[in-house]
Amino acid sequence: MSPISATALRRAMQSFLPSLVPVRFVAEDGTTAPEPAGYTAPDEAQLREAYRRMVIGRRFDTQATALTKQGRLAVYPSSRGQEACQIAGVLALREDDWLFPTYRDSVALVSRGVDPVEVLTLLRGDWHCGYDPVATRVAPQCTPLATQVLHATGMAEAMRRRGEDRVAMAFIGDGGTSEGDFHEALNFAAVFRAPVVFFVQNNKYAISVPLARQSAAPALAYKGVGYGVRSEQVDGNDLVAVLAVLTAAVDHARAGNGPFLVEAHTYRMDAHTNADDATRYRDAAEVEAWRTADPLTRLEAHLRGRGVLTDEDVAADREAAEAFAADLRARMNTDQQVDPLELFDHVFAEPTPQLREQRALLAAESTAQEV
Amino acid sequence: MATLTMAQALNTALRDALTADERVLIFGEDVGPLGGVFRITDGLTRDFGEERCFDTPLAEAGIVGLAVGMAMGGFRPVVEMQFDAFAYPAFEQIASHVAKLRNRTRGRLSLPMVIRIPYAGGIGGVEHHCDSSEAYYAHTPGLKVVTPATPEDAYWLLRDAIEDPDPVVFLEPKKLYWAKEEVDLAPRGAREFGRAVVRRAGSDATLVAYGPSVPVALEAAAAAALEGRSLEVVDLRTLVPFDDDTVAASVRRTGRCVVIQEAQGFAGVGAEIAARVQERCFHSLAAPVLRVAGFDIPYPPPKLEHAHLPGVDRVLDAVDRLQFDDTPDVRHLVKGAA
Repeated sequence: MSPISATALRRAMQSFLPSLVPVRFVAEDGTTAPEPAGYTAPDEAQLREAYRRMVIGRRFDTQATALTKQGRLAVYPSSRGQEACQIAGVLALREDDWLFPTYRDSVALVSRGVDPVEVLTLLRGDWHCGYDPVATRVAPQCTPLATQVLHATGMAEAMRRRGEDRVAMAFIGDGGTSEGDFHEALNFAAVFRAPVVFFVQNNKYAISVPLARQSAAPALAYKGVGYGVRSEQVDGNDLVAVLAVLTAAVDHARAGNGPFLVEAHTYRMDAHTNADDATRYRDAAEVEAWRTADPLTRLEAHLRGRGVLTDEDVAADREAAEAFAADLRARMNTDQQVDPLELFDHVFAEPTPQLREQRALLAAESTAQEV
Repeated sequence: MATLTMAQALNTALRDALTADERVLIFGEDVGPLGGVFRITDGLTRDFGEERCFDTPLAEAGIVGLAVGMAMGGFRPVVEMQFDAFAYPAFEQIASHVAKLRNRTRGRLSLPMVIRIPYAGGIGGVEHHCDSSEAYYAHTPGLKVVTPATPEDAYWLLRDAIEDPDPVVFLEPKKLYWAKEEVDLAPRGAREFGRAVVRRAGSDATLVAYGPSVPVALEAAAAAALEGRSLEVVDLRTLVPFDDDTVAASVRRTGRCVVIQEAQGFAGVGAEIAARVQERCFHSLAAPVLRVAGFDIPYPPPKLEHAHLPGVDRVLDAVDRLQFDDTPDVRHLVKGAA
């Protein structure tokens, strides 16, 4: 065996390693930061569109939280404060690419064009997945942590084997990176050079457990290097940076260069869900500090500063978001009737004799109750 | 007609499936150039290429999770778990995704995939290589669970499993891999998937068995015949779907039933079968339905597995307790165990 030179090793390592500090294009006050090497800022039309989507996304999120308080939803895991990630993830993909989201990524689904009522079917309790994954190229929102990352890898591998230039993107949180499936997915994707982007939204908490209890790595993005996966970390509240990096990651995968891991540093402004009490594990001061890093106000200040966004634009976007929320409220304030007999219809393509018997039993019970 | 071992029949089924459908892919640990530790995938990479049969990194959740994504993406993966107990890391993927995706999506997504698992004991395997894990899968709604007992069934059940629109856990009894028989591979008419079969006709009692226990049941029936007792043997072939009709029809004819399984008995598939027989055939039964099973112990080391595995004698003892002479059987009271 010929020894590998230290220089060659270092070069190989460095090709996988993330930047020492998270990539950032826009400072918290909206002013332009020095442009980071290796990434191209999205154009103004893209940023304008991203802002519009973030406004709607934020409004959707607060509306869903309100619907939970009114008893219309069983539970809602808010992503308020993570809109730059939610929207950039969707904008970086083509329509024929696949998205593999978690339960906290409803805003991304809405931005992808999935009917918000169908997005909320799961949380409303009418069924599990309410939308058509094939038509939307959005996998069912995944609750078992990190399991969806392997599915994204499999889907990416399927598309690669057919010679298609399509990409799969898996969303995952900081807590999910501790699960074995995350590591197996990175490893499999690297070995097969599957066109998959792993997008970690590090919002600092896994329910109540802070990041320091989750990982001792300098950043979660470093988890890619051991698997030979190109990795990057980015300011997750800077839409410009997240979109620039995710676009580069998607291009990298689409071009046949294998998987890409992106960690976005962001913050979950609300509790884990409405059923959680975040004051038990974090200080108000910490939450308050993150308020100044709000991704929506940052992009707004930035676009206003560049003359891309006017008062009229902002008013128009907010009005559109209000109309969106009003429509959602109206459609969510009606009771859906789901036929309990449907419970037997999708276990198998053809129900087994036993399922037919049980279906008849439930049908008889329903008839007896009606009499 | 050709004489094949079960291992060869499975290999032939995989070959024929790869030829019949370009969406079929085979992957897992050591299934490539090596041909699998039991040689079930022997020669497939050589003959069909890396694109159709390939090795993966060593991670079972990864293999099954990858298969889920690839099945969503239009392929028909047939994956191998190297041994029964090594499949446990994949259990979350199997229970939460493989079994549920069709239901979660109201039938918009289905997962035509097969998880092949060499299972059960009788080959002197060291620990973690001999588990009878069928109950875990059979208990999970949304999975079909298959276990062949003959080379011919192995071939056709695997072909059917690969063609099935739903996920199938395909449990291969390791100790039967080298059993030989004449196999008819000529195309058949109707699919028999989901149907049990009467392996041996009899009139005095029904032995219900599956997978590795079927040869034990047949041997017991042959021995009983020498003593003038006529035992019917039903081979379930598929645990899910379960063929109540064939089992109940047999027990109604014979009036007596012994269920045989190699797995530990408590909360096992045999308990479910005994309950179903009792629920359906109560008025035809002349004696309680009895179970013959492995003991409720972790699988024994190789030198002790003979003490654990239900053999012919244990089956015949159970048959003797089916109250043929109509006198109360009090042995279980004396011994304190049923």
